[in-house]
Amino acid sequence: MKAARGTQRLALGVLLAALATLCSAAEIPLSERRSGYADLGRETKAMQDDDTANPGMLSVLEGEELWKTKSGTEVKACADCHGDARASMKGVAARYPAFDASRGRPVNLEQRINICQAERQQAKPSAYESKELLALTAFVAMQSRGEPIAPPDDARLTPFREAGRQLFFRRQGQLNLGCNQCHDDNWSKRLAGNLIPQAHPTGYPIYRLEWQSIGSLQRRLRNCMTGLRAQPYEFGAPENVDMELYLMWRARGLPVETPAVRP
Amino acid sequence: MSLATVQPLATHAEDALHPYQVVGDAIPASLTGKPGDPARGRAIVANRQNTCLLCHSGPFPEERHQGNLSPSLQGAGARWTAAELRLRMVDASRLNPATIMPSYYQVEGLTRVAGAWRGKPILSAEQIEDVVSYLSTLRD
Ligand code: HEC
Ligand code: HEC
Ligand code: HEC
Repeated sequence: MKAARGTQRLALGVLLAALATLCSAAEIPLSERRSGYADLGRETKAMQDDDTANPGMLSVLEGEELWKTKSGTEVKACADCHGDARASMKGVAARYPAFDASRGRPVNLEQRINICQAERQQAKPSAYESKELLALTAFVAMQSRGEPIAPPDDARLTPFREAGRQLFFRRQGQLNLGCNQCHDDNWSKRLAGNLIPQAHPTGYPIYRLEWQSIGSLQRRLRNCMTGLRAQPYEFGAPENVDMELYLMWRARGLPVETPAVRP
Repeated sequence: MSLATVQPLATHAEDALHPYQVVGDAIPASLTGKPGDPARGRAIVANRQNTCLLCHSGPFPEERHQGNLSPSLQGAGARWTAAELRLRMVDASRLNPATIMPSYYQVEGLTRVAGAWRGKPILSAEQIEDVVSYLSTLRD
């Protein structure tokens, strides 16, 4: 009897210790938040900073062409409704994902563009990660370059952002690690050859040197999940959008850098 | 500290895994009943696929990229007995529930493991023994 109670107390002690470590795993204070740009080598920084050297600009230019191209049974270009993107799209990427009332959940920028393709142009929506969708997304997002990330103050987003936060803190995969264990607790340390960034989605779509191409935030999220030997979520899956929502909130105030360059 | 003090003789018998006994902070007996091979163990630790050098550094002059998320493996054999190293490799979370070090011989309690890895421990019993015997040689 007595021994059993002792065991219980010990078990409780272990549980409390575990809870204490979980709670102490704090989010990065706002004043210490910094973009992955800060960790880049001199050459990669220079590549991002110079539009004539930044390989992501090719995609932006392609997006600019698509913006003006009539498409779908409506035979309308994005520009026919939205005019000059420099004015109409300024700041838009800084506040996505945003709540879509007809879908009852948040949509990210790619999905928002797909909705216009399908519903406004009556065209076939571009596939996720296709050259066209990356180009349009990069072009739209670049109109927010320099603008601070400003998640909308919209209570309907709260449960989805919270779901993203839960995913961020969930241990997963065969390596059994949570995103937070690298990106909150060990940023600036070296994972083999790679510096661990804070994982702020400031520059998407990015040109990633390892990919030798431009790619979306969801591609990057899937890379990290694969690294943990976890089953990544499909492109466009609600879990990925929830994660984007949390990451954007976590990066609030940092300037948009699209198209960023990353190793 | 470890849960093993609550159940000093807990026995694990997951399907694919060899059973083992945790005593205190250690697993005294070889998982395979045989000693491991330190040369093979060194190759396992140095191989990026096996993930150790993502977090650790160690005496591997040929490996340019080593991690600094955790202590160097240098001297691990002087700090710990083979039996202690074995538990550390099998299930480090028993020693520290908050550790980031994966449990290398464990298939339970994981979330969303990708198909190719599902139901398998990160290292086999033979590999664990090879690694333990290699780490035991790191005495200074
Ligand atoms: C027929 C007109 C029309 C066309 C063509 C059109 N859109 Fe739209 N777009 C709209 C309207 C109207 C809205 C806002 C209302 C809504 O929610 O649908 C919108 C919203 C958007 C938004 C979200 C803006 C915000 O402030 O949240 C983006 C981004 C966008 N469109 C991009 C595009 C792109 C890229 C194209 C071309 C592939 C395009 N649109 C084509 C009419 C159009
Ligand atoms: C084991 C450590 C580790 C874990 C766990 C991890 N990541 Fe990463 N992550 C990295 C490293 C390292 C990089 C940078 C890769 C490079 O430079 O090649 C990175 C990059 C990123 C980036 C890109 C940041 C930028 O500047 O563009 C994002 C976003 C990200 N991770 C999100 C996540 C999410 C979400 C999870 C959880 C599903 C996660 N990561 C889990 C190590 C990790
Ligand atoms: C994701 C990071 C990570 C990986 C991967 C990892 N470890 Fe560890 N390891 C740690 C941390 C952190 C510690 C420090 C103690 C703790 O937190 O459990 C540690 C501690 C150790 C120790 C005890 C160190 C000492 O002397 O105090 C040994 C030995 C060890 N690890 C061996 C390995 C081997 C061998 C591998 C590969 C099969 C490996 N680790 C993979 C993170 C890792």
